[in-house]
Amino acid sequence: MRHVISLLIENEAGALSRVSGLFSARGYNIESLTVAPTEDASMSRMSIVTTGSDDIIEQITKQLNKLIEVVKVVDISEAAHIERELMLIKVRATGKDREEIKRTTDIFRARIIDVTDTSYVVELTGNQGKLDAFIGAIDPSLILETVRSGVCGIGRGDRVLKL
Amino acid sequence: MVLSGAEIVIRCLQEEKVEYVFGYPGGAVLFLYDALFQQDQVRHVLVRHEQAAVHAADGFARSTEKVGVALVTSGPGATNAVTGIATAYCDSIPMVIISGQVPTAAIGQDAFQEVDTVGITRPCVKHNFLVKDVRDIAATMKKAFYLARTGRPGPVLVDIPKDVSMHKCEFEYPREISMRSYNPVVKGHSGQIKKAVQLLLEAKRPMIYTGGGVVLSNAAEQITRLTRLLGYPITNTLMGLGGYPASDRQYLGMPGMHGTFEANMAMHYSDVLLAVGARFDDRVIGNPAHFAEEPRKIIHVDIDPSSISKRVKVDVPIVGDVKEVLEEMIRQLEAGEARPNPDALAAWWKQVDEWRSRKCMVYKNSDEIIKPQFVIQKLWEVTGGEAIVTSDVGQHQMWAAQYYAFDKPRRWLNSGGLGTMGVGMPYAMGAKLANPDRQVACVTGEASIQMNIQELSTCKQFRLPIKICNLNNRYLGMVRQWQELFHGGRYSESYMDSLPDFAKLAESYGHVGIRVDRPADVEGALREAFTTHKDELVFLDFQVDQTENVYPMVQGGKGLTEMILSAEDL
Repeated sequence: MRHVISLLIENEAGALSRVSGLFSARGYNIESLTVAPTEDASMSRMSIVTTGSDDIIEQITKQLNKLIEVVKVVDISEAAHIERELMLIKVRATGKDREEIKRTTDIFRARIIDVTDTSYVVELTGNQGKLDAFIGAIDPSLILETVRSGVCGIGRGDRVLKL
Repeated sequence: MVLSGAEIVIRCLQEEKVEYVFGYPGGAVLFLYDALFQQDQVRHVLVRHEQAAVHAADGFARSTEKVGVALVTSGPGATNAVTGIATAYCDSIPMVIISGQVPTAAIGQDAFQEVDTVGITRPCVKHNFLVKDVRDIAATMKKAFYLARTGRPGPVLVDIPKDVSMHKCEFEYPREISMRSYNPVVKGHSGQIKKAVQLLLEAKRPMIYTGGGVVLSNAAEQITRLTRLLGYPITNTLMGLGGYPASDRQYLGMPGMHGTFEANMAMHYSDVLLAVGARFDDRVIGNPAHFAEEPRKIIHVDIDPSSISKRVKVDVPIVGDVKEVLEEMIRQLEAGEARPNPDALAAWWKQVDEWRSRKCMVYKNSDEIIKPQFVIQKLWEVTGGEAIVTSDVGQHQMWAAQYYAFDKPRRWLNSGGLGTMGVGMPYAMGAKLANPDRQVACVTGEASIQMNIQELSTCKQFRLPIKICNLNNRYLGMVRQWQELFHGGRYSESYMDSLPDFAKLAESYGHVGIRVDRPADVEGALREAFTTHKDELVFLDFQVDQTENVYPMVQGGKGLTEMILSAEDL
């Protein structure tokens, strides 16, 4: 099963490697991992997408909690939540492809944020499925480069991950 | 008061009431050694190899309830320390390791004696720090000691660059420390404890299984009271030996791969299993799938939530300090009217005693050749069962665990989790310094002892009269045993040629060496070591049976009940 684990961690040197080291040492999967400081600059928030049986996920959350610098851990996929990922995709845009890509971009409510004679950079935000669908909708031979941020997640409503 | 970083480190050690630091100097820690030199409160034990420094600090911690402290230099000093750190980590031993680092400006430049110590040790420490500012030293040291000794204890490493140890700042040792990200649970959930007590009282085939957590939490008294109150059988793991008196009738011996028949059978066929400060290790329960075949309710008390339901699904998890939880269990039991069902318990004991009557620990003694088990039994007799016994890793370790009946905690020091050969002598050094009035014996083998044999020199310098009982069978015994049983008797690289004359070797370091060849001389030699040469290190080199195997045995991957009881079972 796929899970999105969110955690708050002290914003200190090496904190990220403690988390990634834990995953590699114990053989857990990381599908994506994102990290950035929160509104409180002394803390970072991390979103980890992982897969595993219930037992494994239980161990992952326990092991994460055990890391001294980890302040709080929540499996946000246990309840209603929102996931978003950002993708920047550079495509070859010449001739009739220019118009077609523009149309696809509009349909996906994406934005073209860089234009040259021969290329576009498209910015797209959504869940993983939407980003995958956009890539599927573009002729693969036109894709020059893609970069994805990995998943950020947040619980819906009253569910808050805060100190 | 304005002090240098190095002086601050030493002041912090003084504030923490550290008596001994085990270490080895080098370029990156010169300022620290200079600061050590200029005071006499913290004493330094100069080892001959950094691995032994960490093991000795570890042995010091195991034999007391104090935090062990080691000090090493950067680069090779730190990498040599890693085995010791990992050993302590696997057995949750509270330690602080201070390592020197190249100056901050040189970090990342591939400087002389530079390694990423924090990176290398990260997976085998409870936590580690690189201190980049002299003003952070005091708080970091405070945190290091706090982390090492609280919650599930463990080693904490503090890496200090040379320039940081040289810089100066105002020193004040923080009185208290709080960390928003670290709040170990102490008290167990009272509702869960109530459930556990209820379950224990309803049990028809109860069993108590305790591990190193009971020793670490200083809860031997509590587990003994609870066990006697309930009248249930109990087993202590290799790490938990001495948690409950081995001489007591309710004690079934050690469980696991080389555990007793009765302990393993009772573990397996219990209907309620109370696990306390133990972690269902593969060497204890064998194959977890086989273990799960028999239905039983499991109550698991542990300070570390991640130890619970890791290898075995638990019915009543209780997170908390073992001592606190046991106190609460006893309180609830004593406050209530309910007592265990006497008929069910009598029937269970009848079964347990039947298993016990198999006498799985009997070995064939000999007048001709020294049996290793016999040496341990004599060691127990000669020391009145009161010595601190350290061991290395292998057959001799199992025989010591099986045949030296430990009645008290912190008397048995060995590397249970990591299984590190070479810990025996350094453990004995640490234990002897911590317990100068107690007899300390190191049970070892000719292979293990050579992994830190250089420490004979340290023992001379610091006058440590430990007694080394070398069960010399000229083989890597446990490897040979597995090769005999599972690899068609092909003894690949398990025979050691060109061994030194250990007695002479010990003498060359200025100690007493005694070689013992005949069973009739075993007791005399031991008595001589512990009485005539009471104040000297004695190296007893026992020439033991080369073919002796450790039984009972549960083969790796097999179930607990699938035991080989003796060579006749093969």
